Amino acid sequence: MARFVYADNAATTPVSREVIEAMMPCFESEWGNPSSPHSMGISAKDMLDDARERIAAVLGCTAGEIYFTSCGTESDNWAIRGAAMRMKAKGRTHIVTSKIEHHAVLHTCKALEKEGFEVSYVGVDEYGVVDLDELRSLVTEKTALVAIMFANNEIGTIEPIEEIVEIAHAKGALMFTDAVQAVGNVDIDLSKLRVDMLALSGHKLHAPKGIGLLFIRKGIVINNLIEGGGQEKRKRGGTENLPYIVGLARALELAKENMKYLPEVARKRDRLISALTKIPYSSLNGHPTKRLPGLVNIGFEFIEGESMLLWLDMKGICASTGSACSSASLDASHVLLAIGVPHEKAHGSLRLSISKDTTDEDIDYIIENVAPIVEKLRNMSPLWEDVVKKETANK
Amino acid sequence: MKYSEKVMDHFTNPRNVGEIENADGVGVVGNAKCGDIMKMYLKIDENDVITDCKFKTFGCGAAIATSSMATELVKGHTVSEALSLTNSAVVEALDGLPAIKVHCSVLAEEAIKSAVADYYNKIGRPIDFDYDPDHDDDHDHHVDED
Ligand SMILES: Cc1ncc(COP(=O)(O)O)c(C=O)c1O
Repeated sequence: MARFVYADNAATTPVSREVIEAMMPCFESEWGNPSSPHSMGISAKDMLDDARERIAAVLGCTAGEIYFTSCGTESDNWAIRGAAMRMKAKGRTHIVTSKIEHHAVLHTCKALEKEGFEVSYVGVDEYGVVDLDELRSLVTEKTALVAIMFANNEIGTIEPIEEIVEIAHAKGALMFTDAVQAVGNVDIDLSKLRVDMLALSGHKLHAPKGIGLLFIRKGIVINNLIEGGGQEKRKRGGTENLPYIVGLARALELAKENMKYLPEVARKRDRLISALTKIPYSSLNGHPTKRLPGLVNIGFEFIEGESMLLWLDMKGICASTGSACSSASLDASHVLLAIGVPHEKAHGSLRLSISKDTTDEDIDYIIENVAPIVEKLRNMSPLWEDVVKKETANK
Repeated sequence: MKYSEKVMDHFTNPRNVGEIENADGVGVVGNAKCGDIMKMYLKIDENDVITDCKFKTFGCGAAIATSSMATELVKGHTVSEALSLTNSAVVEALDGLPAIKVHCSVLAEEAIKSAVADYYNKIGRPIDFDYDPDHDDDHDHHVDED
């Protein structure tokens, strides 16, 4: 029976009903500008303060450490560029990041290289875990910032952030983590985790697209990215997006409440992994255990990812791939290449990212559909033809 | 990105998939690094007419659809007609391709030419046309992602 299964939650998530309901008053009655001194402004400001307090409570920080931005990408740009520019004055002109960061981080670093900063890209092992020994050797007294993601968006590997913070701080460098994929999926308590900055994005957490935040620990000062009015303590100009900020606050509270479902999500993830890796010439990308609870990435040899996605879509399954052919760049995913997956195999990767709303029947449906699609595409692949010929010759 | 109905038709029901035993010409173009490889098989009679044409393709939806369409466009035609098949004729027959996928049609054109070149080599006829089996296409370098 045909179903609709959305298994691309790492790309974006649906806005939850509760979040929509929380936002509605901001459109209908509380549409004031929080900077206005009149009654409309004052009640908007109250809602803004309340949202910030509630978010701080979820994250384990103080309200004063939260700065709202327009998205995860802006938070990444601001943290890296703002810290680099600030630390330059102290003679620190070196940045360390990893080879598997999101392009919001990598391209910001590339831009800073052109502006005279030195950037080191630490490697990862075959599972995508940052090489801590290499990291130790890269971080020096010249290092302004270490920017390493909490969890990877393509393969789901969770990084040893606590150890990375220690390595950064031992040399007096700041530590920033892009936690866009991790928040809501991993327990993060900023009163314990000593990162200096952390980025998150609403649309991965059932809040709308176009809202994010940057946590900047008290005492840490970075340069501004967006100049404007006095919003966000003069650190980020622009009239606050109150509806989405209120939505983000509700989404984060719900994410915290829903953490109790994560073991169930992980169980379903593992069902997918064990069933799909039984298909010949397939393997899991990313770490077998240190991985996001809902993220599966499987490489299928001898076929290409976009054609897999088209077939899955016709079956009502939304998924993603690291193939160049879906992203329109010449190269396959930089993340898969960094963990040592050869090009041809990287083109055949399938990412499925499930949520607590994914049922066991959905998992069965995915499993039922993937194998025949892989077989169909292999039967028209010249690479598969070679494998079959070799296998029959060996018999 | 959206494909035309024709592209989706040729992707879901590709014509002439397979191999030809003792083919008169076989061509392989593309490479796995870029994510597409096309292999074309031709059966050619004594009048230089392509009596059968089959393909195997590793690649995206557009790569499979252009291969399928190219086999249809050359089957039953003479070798010299097949050589005059352009990538834009393949694109047109498919009711268009997204700009970033046009390189797939170039690959299909090259695959036919490469199979004909193999045929010419086999029968000792000089190759009097240009083709580029290692064809390195210039895709756009933009990346969409989450
Ligand atoms: C790890 C990571 N960082 C940053 C971003 C960018 O966030 P946004 O889409 O809100 O700009 C994403 C996803 O889009 C992501 O997965």
